[in-house]
Amino acid sequence: MSERSRLRLVVLQVLVVSLLVTLFGRLWFLQVASGEKYQAAATSNRIREIVTPAPRGLILDDRGRPLARNRTALVVSVSRTELLQQKDGGKALLQRVAKVIGEPFQTLWDKTRLCGEPGAPKPPTCWNGSPYQPIPLTEEAEPKMALQIMERREDFPGVTAELQAVREYPQPMGANAAHELGYLGPVTQGELDAQKAAGKSTLEQNDVVGRAGLEKQYDQALRGAPGVEKLAVDQRGAVTGVVGSTDPTPGNYVVTNIDAGVQAVAEQQLWAAIQRARTTGDLNKGGKKFTADSGAVVVLDVKTGGVVAMASYPTYDPNVWVGGISQKNYDAISSETNLYPNQSRAFQGEFAPGSTFKVVTLPGAVQSGYYPLDQTYPCVSAYRIGDSLKSNYESEAFGNISLKKALEVSCDTIFYKFAYEQWLRDGGNTPVKNPKDPMFKSATGYLVGQKTGIDLPGEVSGRIPDRQWKQDYWEATRDYYCTAAKTGFPNTRKKDPAKADFLTKLSQENCTEGNRFRGGDVANFAIGQGDLLVSPLQMAMVYASIANGGTIYEPHVAKAVVRPDGSVVENIKPVVRGKIPVQPKVLAYMKDALRGVTDEGTGHYPFVQVNFPLDKIPVASKTGTAEVYGKESTSWFASYAPATDPQYAIVMMVTQGGTGSGVSGPSVANIYKAIFGVQDDGSIDPAKALVPGGTPATKLPSIAPDGTVVLPKGTTFGAQPNGLPVVGGVGKEARPPKSLPLNVVIPSVADAAYWQPAAAPPGSAPAGPESPTASGPVSGLPPADPPPHLVLAAAGPPLNRSRWPV
Amino acid sequence: MSAGGYPAAVRSRGAQASGRSRESVWPRLDWVLVGTVLAMCVVGSLLVWSATRGRMIDAGGDPQSFVKKNVLNIVIGLGLGLATTFFDYRMLRAYAPVIYVASILGLLAVLSPLGSTINGAHSWIVLPAGFSVQPAEFAKVALVVGMAVLLSEKRDAEDTPRDVDVMLALAFAAVPLGLIMLQPDLGTSLVICCLLLGVIAVSGAKARWVGGLVLAGVLLGFVAVQAGVIHEYQIKRLTSFVDPNADPSGSGYNVRQAQIAIGSGGVDGQGLFHGYQTQGKFVPEQQTDFVFTVAGEELGLVGAGGIIALLGLLLWRALRIAARAEDLFGRLVAVGIVCWFTFQAFENIGMTLGLMPVTGVPLPFVSYGGSSMFANFMAVGLLENVHLRRYA
Repeated sequence: MSERSRLRLVVLQVLVVSLLVTLFGRLWFLQVASGEKYQAAATSNRIREIVTPAPRGLILDDRGRPLARNRTALVVSVSRTELLQQKDGGKALLQRVAKVIGEPFQTLWDKTRLCGEPGAPKPPTCWNGSPYQPIPLTEEAEPKMALQIMERREDFPGVTAELQAVREYPQPMGANAAHELGYLGPVTQGELDAQKAAGKSTLEQNDVVGRAGLEKQYDQALRGAPGVEKLAVDQRGAVTGVVGSTDPTPGNYVVTNIDAGVQAVAEQQLWAAIQRARTTGDLNKGGKKFTADSGAVVVLDVKTGGVVAMASYPTYDPNVWVGGISQKNYDAISSETNLYPNQSRAFQGEFAPGSTFKVVTLPGAVQSGYYPLDQTYPCVSAYRIGDSLKSNYESEAFGNISLKKALEVSCDTIFYKFAYEQWLRDGGNTPVKNPKDPMFKSATGYLVGQKTGIDLPGEVSGRIPDRQWKQDYWEATRDYYCTAAKTGFPNTRKKDPAKADFLTKLSQENCTEGNRFRGGDVANFAIGQGDLLVSPLQMAMVYASIANGGTIYEPHVAKAVVRPDGSVVENIKPVVRGKIPVQPKVLAYMKDALRGVTDEGTGHYPFVQVNFPLDKIPVASKTGTAEVYGKESTSWFASYAPATDPQYAIVMMVTQGGTGSGVSGPSVANIYKAIFGVQDDGSIDPAKALVPGGTPATKLPSIAPDGTVVLPKGTTFGAQPNGLPVVGGVGKEARPPKSLPLNVVIPSVADAAYWQPAAAPPGSAPAGPESPTASGPVSGLPPADPPPHLVLAAAGPPLNRSRWPV
Repeated sequence: MSAGGYPAAVRSRGAQASGRSRESVWPRLDWVLVGTVLAMCVVGSLLVWSATRGRMIDAGGDPQSFVKKNVLNIVIGLGLGLATTFFDYRMLRAYAPVIYVASILGLLAVLSPLGSTINGAHSWIVLPAGFSVQPAEFAKVALVVGMAVLLSEKRDAEDTPRDVDVMLALAFAAVPLGLIMLQPDLGTSLVICCLLLGVIAVSGAKARWVGGLVLAGVLLGFVAVQAGVIHEYQIKRLTSFVDPNADPSGSGYNVRQAQIAIGSGGVDGQGLFHGYQTQGKFVPEQQTDFVFTVAGEELGLVGAGGIIALLGLLLWRALRIAARAEDLFGRLVAVGIVCWFTFQAFENIGMTLGLMPVTGVPLPFVSYGGSSMFANFMAVGLLENVHLRRYA
């Protein structure tokens, strides 16, 4: 055999060895160097996790009535992945589904668009959840629809129909409480990613998450933990064994301080007040009926800060959110035209409080040392501040009166005097170095102008328009006014040169000395006007603090978190934020005066009108009729009862609603009647009291070991016929408002800004000026050619306008 | 050349005692080779068992049916191997044309209506009673013998094949190769090409033949890629150790599952019958073409590396036989078998490791399959025959 053959045989040997070494090297690489990766891949290959969602915890009122619960619904969902695999993007498939479930195709199509993708509708109609999670198309399917879908699998690829737990807001006793309850939305991919990055796993693909209200605030407690069953599967997906499983941990229950009965009555009475205003003629406007476009009522437990009831008008049906809100409903509850029914006036709206604020400013004046309690002061019909004359309501004069009387009759001129004289003592237009500003300091001490710390998201903070604020506001707006003064309002000038001159002059003034803290500013503040802004909840906290002897609590909707078996996870104890800056002597005097307001002052009429036994249940109260430039006045009624041993504080407010005593007062009186069981003849029937014994429940509701709640006798569910009309509704069509159609009130663009949505999305600043009256917050600058009232407001209180609030 | 392990006396006595009774031949067999082959058969049977047990239970059949058939195949294979071992060495040349013609007829029968398509290749002849034959496997045996005959014809020890011999041999091989490509059975075709190249190279043919054939192979491969016969990802996989998962296509699933199975085996494996991937039936064709994945997952680096080691042992013995062959014919027979086994094993294991494109070739002695087992045993029989020739 040739040498060549032998050599080539050697080459072959080398080749064989190198190939075998290659194989072994690669084998080592796979099994040792990257073994972990492949082991993980094998695990994910063979393990399928079946996630059983935990039932979400209930939200209960203080007596165990469910404000939010779960029901099983037949949910038809579609896999987005399947839609994308269809040639036509799933059009034909969705058309078939639409036919079966009786929804318009376009609705289903919109629901399956990912938020943010081209052509997708706005949130929340578009799908904001995980793209890999089945998208619910309807939660109202009937069994026969489900059968049609499940029997024709080949026609409905990726479509499932199954029983799922969905949220329900059953409205016990007719209580709507939409703003307190909030709503749920699907978990977003962003949240899932963030959670993964944080190494947590509390959220699953198909979870829903609280997006507002208690549902958001107590989401962690309510959610529980889903059960996960890990199944070993083979290549066909057939189960070959169970690797491990954890049962779902049901979500905990949140017991609230809300009493559904009181809540329902508060809602009814708010609506009654609004209707009352709409049938009352405004004497200052030739008998024109009040617009009463919005309102709020807050009922607090003064001893704990517990929120017993809180309502806002306009409102909506919280069930519109269940199963994904339709665009139509979303527009209805979030539109400016409808005055943002999804925002609560009670804790997300800011308003001038009018005379109800005098309980804050009076102690400041008295404690400054110049105005002793035992003296009398002249209640003149008008008081001169600089070159302007500020008068009492309907220019009434009462002669020399005590401070108690001043509160009872709501004499403004005494407050003007106190404020103006103090302002002069503080240096007037050339302020001393450390001005005392006792009224403003008192407001700060009451913790007005800060968030109350209520356990609801999106609370507003209000505003105390003190010297610092005035300076800040001027710095923020100065450039605008200086520019406006230079250009001289050319657009206005074409039509009305005189007005343009006036505006130019005022702009000039604002430009150069807009930061000047004027006597008018102080006078306005003394009677709860001017640039002062508070939420009705803050006002209720003021009166609750006075009632309980001076303690400022943090208001709390939730009272406790309990497990479904009834055992307590957490008792939410009252949190003390501080003490009101009022000396005991002054407080006692003021409490006596507030009782006098009901017994013989401006608060008397509402209680007499409803036959309220003030001798048996004394009530302390204060009326307010806040002036809003360009608007009808805001009706306020602040109170607490029983005045001897206060338990509840109630504050009601109706914008463009008229006087405090005429509109809000009777409704507040009626709420007390219901709470204490006062009958129409003035007798008290404790058995009919909404709150047994007139005190909030001290014990937590009894919950059976299986998680069912023992309901109080007579518990009913569903909206009440005389409750607040709601925007939106369950079902295919928005439920029409039960009473007046919403278009009764069509405010102008500028009007909408007088109460501010708490959390306007960025970039959605109202088109109109931010500060149409003395009550607009500082955010953003007015447009180049503002309506005149803005200028007037910024230039100080309007001159010689005679009607000031009661 | 010295006969390592065998005393010179034995060799001379053997040489003198040609035509003695066969019993005396037994000790002269290459028992290391036999032992290696039997060890591979045992491991293979266990792997086939593990791979098919669950599948058979799913199908409601006898969980041991595959392993039983495999053992039967081994027994028949042993018989064929023995017969080949003791087939008269001189008669092999004489019978070569007969074997050749028989294999051509078998391949033609596959292409006729007698043939059946299994897994996309028209390679089988289904016989009654649940048996089927893959003539291409036997064609390899025929080609090994045939090529060796043609290239070692009528020459002195130091002579090398003439061009005309090489051309004749190529023409001779082209017929079965063409028929196999028609099935189409890319894997077997590649095995035969390697076999041809190896035999021609070791025959001592001029370098330009070897170079030309390699070039032709590369060109053919290029054309195949251009024509889309071999996909780009297969090329990538050949050249890339880094990213074996770049291929999301259909057959990528098999490859990926195979790699997951092997990769998750670790050093010592998950234990026979306890591989998640194997018992979960994630890897297709696992008792035949992907049998190596069972070893990788359940026996780990130890077991799978052991199979490669056994393969190395087998090839070492075969190369040793080639090196020590008495004549060029014997050497070429042995070299043909070495090339056949080497490429087939490299292709089979390389495919499960993501090194080679997926083509259906079995792993010698380990994969389940009758025809392949028979042909392998016949090949080993030929090796022993060549080995024994030294003592004839």
